[in-house]
Amino acid sequence: MSAPAPLTRRAIRFVDQRTGSAPYLRKLMRYLFPDHWSFLLGEVALYAFMVLVATGIYLTFFFVDSTKEIVYHGQYAPLDGQKMSEAYASVLHISLAVRAGLLIRQTHHWAANVFLVAIIVHLLRIFFTGAYRKPRELTYYIGLGMLTLALLEAYLGYSLVDDLMSGMGLVIGYSVGLAIPFVGQNLMNWLFGGMFPGSHALWPRMYIAHVLIFPILIGMLLGAHLLLVMLKHHTQFRQKRAQTEHAIVGVPAWPGQAPRSIGLLLGTAGVLFLLGGLVEINPIWLWGPFHTYDATNGAQPDWYLGWLIGALRLMPSFDLTIGHYTLVPNPFWGGAGFPLVVFGFLFLWPWLERRFTGDHSFHNLLDRPRDAPGRTGIGVAMVTWVVLVFFAGSSDRTDVSWNVSYIGQIHVYWVAIWVLPIVFGLVARRMCKELQASEKVLAARHAAEARSRLARVRRSGGG
Amino acid sequence: MSRARNAIVAALVLLLGRGKRRRHTEDTPLVQPGPPNTRAELAALVLLGLSAMSALGFVLVYAFAGHLPATTQLFGLTLGGALIFFAAALIVVGIKLVPNEEVTEAYPPWEHPGEQQVLGEVLEESGSRFTRAGLFKLGLLGAGGALGLAALAPAVSFGPLFQVRQFLVTPWRRGRRLVDENGRPYKASDIEQKNFYLAFPEGASDSQKEQLPDSLVLIRLPPSVLRLPPQLKDYPADGGVLAYSRICTHAGCAIELYRAPLFQPDEPPPALVCPCHYSTFDPATGGTVTFGPAGRDLPMLPIYADAQGYLRARDTFNGPVGPSWWGVRMFKQHPSSGSGGA
Repeated sequence: MSAPAPLTRRAIRFVDQRTGSAPYLRKLMRYLFPDHWSFLLGEVALYAFMVLVATGIYLTFFFVDSTKEIVYHGQYAPLDGQKMSEAYASVLHISLAVRAGLLIRQTHHWAANVFLVAIIVHLLRIFFTGAYRKPRELTYYIGLGMLTLALLEAYLGYSLVDDLMSGMGLVIGYSVGLAIPFVGQNLMNWLFGGMFPGSHALWPRMYIAHVLIFPILIGMLLGAHLLLVMLKHHTQFRQKRAQTEHAIVGVPAWPGQAPRSIGLLLGTAGVLFLLGGLVEINPIWLWGPFHTYDATNGAQPDWYLGWLIGALRLMPSFDLTIGHYTLVPNPFWGGAGFPLVVFGFLFLWPWLERRFTGDHSFHNLLDRPRDAPGRTGIGVAMVTWVVLVFFAGSSDRTDVSWNVSYIGQIHVYWVAIWVLPIVFGLVARRMCKELQASEKVLAARHAAEARSRLARVRRSGGG
Repeated sequence: MSRARNAIVAALVLLLGRGKRRRHTEDTPLVQPGPPNTRAELAALVLLGLSAMSALGFVLVYAFAGHLPATTQLFGLTLGGALIFFAAALIVVGIKLVPNEEVTEAYPPWEHPGEQQVLGEVLEESGSRFTRAGLFKLGLLGAGGALGLAALAPAVSFGPLFQVRQFLVTPWRRGRRLVDENGRPYKASDIEQKNFYLAFPEGASDSQKEQLPDSLVLIRLPPSVLRLPPQLKDYPADGGVLAYSRICTHAGCAIELYRAPLFQPDEPPPALVCPCHYSTFDPATGGTVTFGPAGRDLPMLPIYADAQGYLRARDTFNGPVGPSWWGVRMFKQHPSSGSGGA
């Protein structure tokens, strides 16, 4: 064991004498990370968030949060002389005139997409392994809160650009809000400062929400999330006999885990910057400025809103009315009701599971999906439901690309979204039970073989 | 006396210190030594070198961006490359060069009953001098709630509340001409069949044109296909020129498709389609919904051609424009129109 260099020692002494933090730092350095690839999904989300903050700060130095109308005379000749908002013009400027501006903007957009992919895949891992169970329910609820905020935050960012697509997204969101029973009209008037397209205060409001309020809320929840993870330590799979409900097996944060985690941070950032440089995303100069009287065919939102556009499109034509009184206009069902049901399910699930299984005990060991056939079946059914609605949102592209009738597809989805989740859920539950049974058979065979070996040894020993 | 105390303290320090030291070595083994791995070390160093070169490449591309093609791609390659090479170096370090033996450790206890007990006692005992605890809690709650209300009150200024009327105001009134994007008035003879026109009220400013009730869709249908209900019979001008609100009653997007590509060519009825969620309205029957999620007909504007042939509004829309809200159907009669039919 070589002695640390004097400088290292002096630095450690300095820090400890001024902060008294040596015991905590030692604990932190030896914090154990159980080793499984799926435990890195949350880390990827964290690193995408860091890239979002870094690139986002750069973008704020150029973005103008104003809908004041100007006449464009910038780099992009096809839009020359067009009237547009200062906001849209400033994003055109970032994309086409600021050196490396397009790289930063596209990386920001890619990072937002990857952020949500990572969160959602992380959520699926947490769900199907039962990691949300006691004592980690709060960690789970905070995670769901962050997902909600991340969706709104990404939508705000998409809307701020004020190109044609972003305006179409904004008016749809406005209409969904307007459709909320009783309070919708006041709520939207309040948020937008008036009827759509709202007052001049709308852009500063959306901007400050996007660059300050939501990031800080996400950051605070992130801190609480990580703190809770550390206080209760990671969950783990039962891989060898060493892992129990009371003993955690893992690689210490330092030196084992740190290079891998920092490597993952840099790798995530590297992939995002490669995407931002090489793969075009949202070429806003092609869409043109937004006007309420303009729209374009074949518009698709970012992927994480696909389930909502699918739900909006799948709804049959009806508003809930009592005589002449309109209770619930149509966009509420797809745009607000559907996500409320999905998030309601996610929030209620730990409680529902406790109720139906009667399992109120603490858990540090994770389930494999097969270990809980009921949970896996219900989870698969929910995922099938949401994914089908998501695909329904791209029916128009299927129509254009493969000439499959749009109306026909919608009619098929009307049946499929109710039937397939049940079928897939039952199949998944059955598969879990079969896997369990086959494991029991294997275990019995191993035991029998061990017994016969033992018997042979005894016989030969006796003879 | 003091010597005895010193001896006891010294013995305690010795005992506790020894105990701590022993636990220390048992619980957290210090980093275990391993054999050197010169190949991995070299690989990591090469990767770090590549990362540095790539990062410097980014700086060079930035400096000479004016003379380079495809700068965004070069930016992405150099910066992304620098990060990925660095990441690869660290992963080599993590897997090959630092000890990453797995360590077993006890999970923290599920709970701390002793501490819970103390916390509970402290909280209970700290209120012992209050004689009317219930009332006092109510007082705290009341003052806190009132303060919260006061803090929230200024937020009411964000937007106009309880104003249904603004949702019903339209610029359309009897006699107002229909003009195109450049302000040129439309004549009935300008509107041809199978075509699709955008119209605004004459004299509307750019920001007024953005208001939802301003923009219109103009089309012409042969009188033979019109099947308008009786109350809309006199809405078209010149026998078949129809004016509808351009804003979809579902989610507020602009009606941008006329007889959409989403219908097979052998489906003859003309249709106004919103490209956001494909709400489809039949202009021949007064904007009724034939497909898609919209729950309300597309509002129709009654128009007429004046003596010179210019298209003019005869009244305002037959229903509220734009996306629906609670109670929207109670407001079929438009209060701002006043003048009634012609």
